[in-house]
Parts: sequence; C-alpha cells; structure tokens
Amino acid sequence: MSLSDRLRTLAADPDFRAGARDMASPSLGLAAWGLVTGVTMVKSGLSIPLACGMSLLVFAGSAQLTALPLIASGAPLWVLLATAFCVNLRFVIFSAQWRAYWAHLPRGRRLLNGYLSADLNFVYFVKRYPDAVPQPGQQRYFWGGVAVNWPTWQVASFTGILLADRIPPHWGIGFAGVLALLGLSYALLTEKMLWWVAITAGAVSIATYSLPLKLNILCAIVAAGAVGWWLDTRKARA
Amino acid sequence: MSDWMTWVALFGLAGISVLTRSFFMIGEKPLPIPDWLRELLKVAPLAALVAVVAPEIFMTQGQLITTWQDARWPAAVVATGYFFWRRDILGTIVSGMVVMLTLRLGLGW
Repeated sequence: MSLSDRLRTLAADPDFRAGARDMASPSLGLAAWGLVTGVTMVKSGLSIPLACGMSLLVFAGSAQLTALPLIASGAPLWVLLATAFCVNLRFVIFSAQWRAYWAHLPRGRRLLNGYLSADLNFVYFVKRYPDAVPQPGQQRYFWGGVAVNWPTWQVASFTGILLADRIPPHWGIGFAGVLALLGLSYALLTEKMLWWVAITAGAVSIATYSLPLKLNILCAIVAAGAVGWWLDTRKARA
Repeated sequence: MSDWMTWVALFGLAGISVLTRSFFMIGEKPLPIPDWLRELLKVAPLAALVAVVAPEIFMTQGQLITTWQDARWPAAVVATGYFFWRRDILGTIVSGMVVMLTLRLGLGW
C-alpha cells in the first residue's frame, strides 16, 4: 500500500476522525494561545527565524513563554533547561499514564508520541480511554488529535510571529485560550467529588502563584490529588 | 545571547520537551506506580487545567484582583452559563470573548 493510500485509509478511519473532531472544538482557544505565544516571542526580542524555530522545536507554550526572559537576559544554559523541566513537570506526571497505553510500542514511537502530547491531547485521550490499558483504535485516535492540534498551534504561532506588531496587546486575545480551558475543565466534571478537586486546584494555584517556575501548577495538582484521595477513602468507608 | 547560542538553547529545550513528555516511557521496564500516584493521575488533567485557568481569571500582576470592574470574571460567568446550557466549547469561547471585549473595549474594564 503506497503512502498516499495509507494516509487516505487513516483519514477515513472512525477513531482517527473522532480524535480530530474532539480536538477541533477547543481549536479556537488553542489558536488564540498560539497567536499570543507567537507575538510574545517576537516582542521579547527573538528574530523571526528564531521564533519560528522555537515554535517548531519546543512545541510547549508555557515552557516557551517562561524561557523567553531567560534567553533575553542571557541566562546560563543549564538554568534555562532546568527551568523548562520544572515548568513541564505536569507532563512528567502525564507520561506515567501515557505509558499504560504505549508500553508495547518501540521506544522511538513512544518518544514521538510523548513529544507530540500537549495538555489537550492528554485530556481528551484519557476522557475517551479512561481505563489504563491498550486498546485497538487508540493510536489512530491519538494521531487524529495530533493532526488537528499540531498544525493549529504552529499556524497560529506563525501568524502571531508575523503579525506581532499589528495586534494590540490590551485586547487580551489570549483570554480565548483561558475560556477554552475553562470549558474543557467543566467537561471533565463528571462526578461530584471532582468539583471539590477543581476548587482545591484553583485555590491552591492562586495561593502559591508567587512560587517560581510555575510550581503553583504542580502544588495545585498535588493538593487536588490529596483531596481526591481523601474523598475517595471517605466514600469507600461509608 | 548570541543567535548561535540561542539555537543551541532551542534544541536543548526541544530535548526537554521530549524528556518530560516521555519521562515514564523512556525505559523498557515499567516503574511501579504506587497508589498515591494512581490517584494523582486520575485528577491530574482537571487539576492542571483549573490551576492554569484560575490565576488567569482572578489575578493581575501576581495579585488577586482588587476591583470587581474586571472584564474577565463576568466573561467567565457567562461562558460557564453557556457551557452548562449547550455543552459546546466553541460557543463557550465566543460568548465569553464577546462579553470580555465588550466590557474591556466598551467600558474600559
């Protein structure tokens, strides 16, 4: 089967299309974020080729935004990389879950899937496949999501890079990204216990916001995990 | 930072993206997942999303907002209402942005 035949079969596959469809609904918010990231990269001093390179290579909005002031101020390379690692710690946690689905794949494929897995990919995938076991259709679903997520992000970022001087920052276009995440959070509130988890995460994130390196996100996840665990044990004992 | 050094940094950051996102998938042998980590995984996506969103709505410049005349929380309220009415993310974004831009550009909030 030639490559074009294989791609055509993939595009017609129901799991692939489901992955693409699910990823399409937050795309406007994702694009808004990409746009803002692109604008910020140029405004912080990166040349257009460097900004495009950063978008294509790093493909991680929060790590990119956190790294920009460090690059601009000439921070040592190890500080830059350690900072990015900390900002990305939630992905380390996610990868423990991803392992359950991809463990049977060769290492190269596991690393590729991991590299392409942003927040939205994880959230939608786990929503569709909550049981941590490999199942048929999962890879096609995953690639459907990537097929929408990656290009949307890159196109939006490039647009932001090229139009950086034309978009007034006080409009707050990035808020569309926040609304997308808000909607997605609501979609995940499938049981009453999770409302408490969400409230805890929000409160702790705000309370620890002054911590460096976006550690407030990690604190929020840990606190939310503790609350979830406590509520589950209470329910089991009742 | 010189351009050349910046490119080195960018490739390094790309490596960090691969490393962090594939961390527990790099080795061939599974690392045992203790119960507390399993529970953490169950709530991690929701917690991460809310952790990012909450400061973006209720804080400015690293502080809690001090005036209610801020365009973001009404936008979030309207978007919330829309979501639970229609369950559609695109509409959630649009309704919230309409409110936010109207208040920000119209009333200067």
